[in-house]
Amino acid sequence: MNRIFIFFTRTHGKGRMDWTDYLSYAYLAVGLFTMFAPIVWLVMSSFKTESAVAQFPPTFLPYSQQSVKVMGHDQPLPLYLTKTPDGERSMAQVMRLGIEATMVDPAKPDAAPIKVNINDRKPINELKFAVENYTEVFGKFSFGKYLFNSVFITVIATLLTLLVNSMAAFALSKYQFKGQKFVFGLIIATLMIPPTIILVPVFLVINSVGFLNSLWGVILPAIATPTGVFLLRQYMLTIPDELLEAARMDHASEWRIYWKIILPLAAPALAVLAIFSVMWRWNDFLLPLIVLSKSEFFTLQLALNSFQGELNTQWHYLLAMTVITLIPITLVFAFLQKYITTGIAGAGVK
Amino acid sequence: MASSVLAFFFNLFEPFFKFGQKHLGFSKLGWLFVGPNLLVFGLFTFLPILINLIYAATGGVNLMPAERPYVGGENFGILFECRDYFDITTCRKDIFWRAILNTVQFSVIQVTLMVLLSLMTALVLNRKIIGRGFWRGVFFYPVLLSPVVVALIWKWLLQNEGAFNAGLVAMGSQPVEWLTTGSWAFFWTVFVSIWAHMGFYTLILLAGLQAIPKDMYEAAEMDAASPWRTLTKITLPLLMPNLIVVLVLAMIRAVQIFDEVFVLTGGGPGSATTFIVQFIYQTGFAEQIHLYGLAAAASLVLAVGLMTLTFVQLKLTKANEAGKRAR
Repeated sequence: MNRIFIFFTRTHGKGRMDWTDYLSYAYLAVGLFTMFAPIVWLVMSSFKTESAVAQFPPTFLPYSQQSVKVMGHDQPLPLYLTKTPDGERSMAQVMRLGIEATMVDPAKPDAAPIKVNINDRKPINELKFAVENYTEVFGKFSFGKYLFNSVFITVIATLLTLLVNSMAAFALSKYQFKGQKFVFGLIIATLMIPPTIILVPVFLVINSVGFLNSLWGVILPAIATPTGVFLLRQYMLTIPDELLEAARMDHASEWRIYWKIILPLAAPALAVLAIFSVMWRWNDFLLPLIVLSKSEFFTLQLALNSFQGELNTQWHYLLAMTVITLIPITLVFAFLQKYITTGIAGAGVK
Repeated sequence: MASSVLAFFFNLFEPFFKFGQKHLGFSKLGWLFVGPNLLVFGLFTFLPILINLIYAATGGVNLMPAERPYVGGENFGILFECRDYFDITTCRKDIFWRAILNTVQFSVIQVTLMVLLSLMTALVLNRKIIGRGFWRGVFFYPVLLSPVVVALIWKWLLQNEGAFNAGLVAMGSQPVEWLTTGSWAFFWTVFVSIWAHMGFYTLILLAGLQAIPKDMYEAAEMDAASPWRTLTKITLPLLMPNLIVVLVLAMIRAVQIFDEVFVLTGGGPGSATTFIVQFIYQTGFAEQIHLYGLAAAASLVLAVGLMTLTFVQLKLTKANEAGKRAR
């Protein structure tokens, strides 16, 4: 035990922990709780049954009331620990009228039901993960369709983003042509123009090209990103020109040089851009919100927004959908955290 | 499979580029490569900037610019018309002014608190702690979540029968309607946006801290400088370029806050959490009559605000560099 303590409390420097170290770890522990408790709560809640979700005060674990099939009743009846004249027994409730409940013994369905005050019975709860929340959303809400739309947009847009931006970066890093500086300046300048300030005219352009209520209307407007061009160009500048010259000696076409030499060598930068693109597209909200108004084209984000706005929000389904939406990003985070953090720290992009 | 698909694409484009290479000559081939990018930018960024000006100067409810009557500065007139400029309830579009005031208030509070928290977290993470990568990830994870998911996580916690109210009831106090009481709703938009974004700024500041040469600190230790002096005389001055970037970036983002708040509170109760982008969205797209001209005019006001912020960043960076040279 002492050894474990020493392991956890050793510092890299001068050995012993002082009070500032304890303070640091306390701060980090508070941070851990603040950042993750809401997410853990969400995940636990998403496994609750409809009635458990509506219960107040809520429990942390997904408890739900046990029910039992009793002969002579179609529906399963809820079980209660009931105070009866001959001690506490677990009984099923047949019906409730005001403060009086009619209870029946599930073991002896033929015996006469007894009437008790509702304060004399306590629900019998069991730990039960309502996995059906997850399976039912696919059947009930064409959730599969939204999932498909989101995946389609994310995959196609990311592939196009990589292609279009790497081509531009190739031209801007390996060629010298008239107006090159101007083009680069122009592209970088668009960093200053956030989509929020050209919302109306972008809507017009998308409408004029006939992309309203089409997944392409969400994919195409953002495939050229200044961040992507900048990131890839800076990386391609480090690829030695001699490699290109050697290929030209062998009469390789410029397209072949781009495809067979530049792209493979720029793979690390492409990977960073791909990760960012996936996150941008999966999480995108404002552009889809104005472009996709028919529910058959909804992305997951739009579907979540529309479900939460309904009058009787069905939280048990909504929470399950939220968790499903959260999974891909969590996987990206778990496996590719290093690339993301170096990408952000290096280029200051998000 | 994947490689044959890629080869297919390669073969698809090669003749086109070979043709270009033959007829355009080597030097102009660059345009062919940068072309698709410029086409998309032109169509979806540069052209819209111009059209935005047309929208702002025309009225009516038609989407097509040709069908819209020219009204000059009337849209701006509508936005800025007030009987008494010290009382926004007398303005013709009081919701616009409400949104601007909310946005300014939100940005100042949110950015100040978030940058302070990020700085504190970065300083802690920069100490000799075990598992730095893990702790950094802890603060960074919410950054990756979509705004809708972030909003739903908190909406679930804050709803009337949610975990927060359960805590209050367990402690013996009355439940609070967190998201339908004006001041609380505002507080939570600030809190939730800090929760969701502070990891990003922590990361940038941490990178800045780790770039500070270690011998600076060793020298300070030799001179028996107090930790406070080390912080104010070495760490903060050397971190200043990163701090400026973080401040302005956070400000630019805060001014454009929309998604999280839209899902969390819907701008309510009333207009307590309605911000400028939501005003633009509602005026142009969500309301019965789509007033594109008014929305475009409002977005130009936003653009001016954002340009001012960028300008301030440039000035601050320059002043900081000049100050460094003087030292």
